[in-house]
Amino acid sequence: MNAVFYIAAAVAVVSTVMVVTRANAVYALMYLIVSLLSVALIFFVLGAPFIAALEVIIYAGAIMVLFVFTIMMLNLGPKAVHQESQWLSGRMWIGPSILVAVLIGEMLYVLWGGEHPVEGRHIVEPREVSLALFGPYIMIVELSSMLLLGGLVAAYHLGRRVRGDVKEPKS
Amino acid sequence: MSGILWHLANVAGVLGVLLTLAGALIMVERRLLALWQDRYGPNRVGPFGLLQVAADMIKIFTKEDWIPPFSDKPVFIIAPCIIMGTVLMSFAVIPFAPAVGVADLDIGLLFFLGMSSLGVYSVALAGWSSNNKYALLGGLRATAQMLSYEVFMALSLMGVVMLAGSFNLRTIVNAQQHMWFCIPQFLGLVVFTVAGIAETHRVPFDLPEAESELVAGFHSEYSGMKFGMFFVGEYLAITLISALIVTLFFGGWQGPILPPLVWFALKTAVLICGFVLLRASLPRLRYDQLMSFGWKIMLPVALLNLLITGAIVVARH
Amino acid sequence: MTIRGIDGAKSLLRSMWMVFMHAFHRRETVLYPEEKPKLPARWRGRIVLTRDPDGQERCVACYLCSSACPVSCIALQATEDETGRRYPEFFRINFSRCIFCGMCEEACPTNSIQLTPDFEMSEYNRQNLVYEKEHLLISGTGKYPDYNFYRVAGLAIGGKDKGEAENESPPVDVRGLGL
Repeated sequence: MNAVFYIAAAVAVVSTVMVVTRANAVYALMYLIVSLLSVALIFFVLGAPFIAALEVIIYAGAIMVLFVFTIMMLNLGPKAVHQESQWLSGRMWIGPSILVAVLIGEMLYVLWGGEHPVEGRHIVEPREVSLALFGPYIMIVELSSMLLLGGLVAAYHLGRRVRGDVKEPKS
Repeated sequence: MSGILWHLANVAGVLGVLLTLAGALIMVERRLLALWQDRYGPNRVGPFGLLQVAADMIKIFTKEDWIPPFSDKPVFIIAPCIIMGTVLMSFAVIPFAPAVGVADLDIGLLFFLGMSSLGVYSVALAGWSSNNKYALLGGLRATAQMLSYEVFMALSLMGVVMLAGSFNLRTIVNAQQHMWFCIPQFLGLVVFTVAGIAETHRVPFDLPEAESELVAGFHSEYSGMKFGMFFVGEYLAITLISALIVTLFFGGWQGPILPPLVWFALKTAVLICGFVLLRASLPRLRYDQLMSFGWKIMLPVALLNLLITGAIVVARH
Repeated sequence: MTIRGIDGAKSLLRSMWMVFMHAFHRRETVLYPEEKPKLPARWRGRIVLTRDPDGQERCVACYLCSSACPVSCIALQATEDETGRRYPEFFRINFSRCIFCGMCEEACPTNSIQLTPDFEMSEYNRQNLVYEKEHLLISGTGKYPDYNFYRVAGLAIGGKDKGEAENESPPVDVRGLGL
C-alpha cells in the first residue's frame, strides 16, 4: 500500500507542477483533473474511501467539468496560449517558489522530525462519515446547506426572465 | 494463490465478455430495430447475419484513422480512451453473481457515479479538440446534459441506498431477497432509467449527436477505431446502465431455478432490448425541453422520492 | 401540469407498445436475389435495339437519340447498304453514364431503341459497361411487334420500290399528261 501511496503522491505533485506551467488552459485543466484523481487515490489508500469517491464525483467530475465547459465556451485560440506563455516566463516564478519552498520545508519537518499523526490506519466507512456529519457537526452541515440554498435562490434570481423583458427570438 | 487466479479469471472473463458483447450489441440493435420497423436488418453475412459483427469489426479496424490537422492532437486521441476506460472501470463494481465480479467495494455505487461523471470529459474534450463548430456544439450539449442528469441520477439512487443501508452493490442485491426494490422505489427506478438514457445519450436524449442538426455531434471528426471506441463505449454504457438497473431495482442475480449468472444476463438482456425499443419508438427532444424536463420534473421527483423513502425508513426504526 | 405529464407518459408508453407489436407484423422487405421484384412493363431499364418483324435492324441511324440524350452517352455512326437502306455502322451506349431517362426512346422515329424492365447489369470492370451494337441488338421486336418502319416509309430500299409501301399510291409521273 505504501508503494501505491508514493506513486499516487508523485503523480499528484508532477501533475500539479504541470498545471502551473502549462500555457494552454485546457491542458492545465486536464493536469488538474489528474492531480485531483491522484489525491482521491491517496485518500483511498489512507483509509477514507468515501472522501475519495466524493473527491472524484464532486471535484474531478462536476466542478472541473464546469471549468472545462467555460473554457470551451471562451474558445481561446493560439493567441491566448502565446500570451499565457509570456506571462509564465522569468521573474514570475520567484515569489511562488519561495512560498512553496517554505511549505516543502514544513512538510519535510513533519515527515521526518515530527510525530506521525496517521499511524494506526482504520478504514472510515460512509456510515461513520455520516454519523459524524449529522452528529457532532450537525450545525455546520445545516449552516452550509443554508448557504447553498442562498446560492440557489440567488442563481434563480439572476437567471430569472421577467415576462416581456427580453423578447424571444422568432424561430 | 488460487484466490489471485480466480480474481484474474474474473477480470479477464468480465472484460472478454463485455467487449464481445459490445460488438454483438451493434448487430443485435440493428436486427431488433429492423424487426420493429418490419424489415430484416443485416441477415446476409453468416447464419442469421451473425458474422456481421466480425465484418463490422474488420471494417472499423482497417479503416483509415484520420486525425484532422486542425485538431488538438493529444486531446483528440485521449478523448475516446476516457469513455472506454470509465465505462469498463464501472463494470468492476457490478456483482454479476455471488462469486463473479471484479471488486467488492464498500463505496461501489459512489465509484460508479464517480466514473460516470468522469465520462463527461470524453465528450467535452472530444468536442473541443476537434476544432469544429458542430463538434463543439455537440460537446457543449453533451456536457450540459450529462452534468445536469447526473445530479438526479445520484439522488434517485439514494433511496435504494437508504433501504439497503449500504453503498455496496452486493449488500444491495442481498437486501432485495424478499422484495425487489422496483416496487418500493418505483419513482427512483423511473428517474434512474431516464437519467441513464440521458447519460448514455441515447434516443430520445441523443441531442449531442443529433445527425439532422449537428452532423454527428462531438464525434464528427472521428474516424476508424477512434470512432469505433465512441461507438463501443456507447454500447458498453447501455450494458452498464442495464446491469445497474438490474442490480439496484430488479434483484440482481436473484431468481428461481436458473443459476444466478443466467438470471443476471437474462434481466440485463431484457433491459437492453428496452433501450433499443425506446430508440425505435420515440422522437428526439428539443434542447430546452431536455433541460427543463431534467431540472423542473426529474429533480423534484427524485427529491420527493428521497424525502418519502427517508421518512419511511425513519418511521420503521 | 400533472395531467399533461400523465397524458404524455401514456402516449409514450402507447407508442412504445405499438412499435413493439410490430415485431409480429409481416416484414415488408423483398429478399432480392432470392425473390425477384415485380417490375412494371414500362420500367426504364437496360436499353436495347430492336429489329423489324422481318428480322432486319430498325435503327436508321438518324442520330436523334444521340442528340436527345442529356448525358451524351450514345455514340453512333450512320452508313448505308448498297440498296440505300441506312443503318448504324457502330452503335455504342456507355451505361456508366446513362441515367435511364428514356429520352432516346421518345426521340426514336422508328421505335428501334427501347428501354426494358431489366436492371441487373452491374460489372466489376467499368469498361464492361460500354455496350456495343452486338450487345444492344436483340433478335425480337420489343414492345411494338407489328411496326415496320420501311413498310410505311416511302423510301425505296432493297426488296421494296417506290409506291410499294402500305397506304402508298404508285408514284405519279409528273412529266406525263396525267390521263
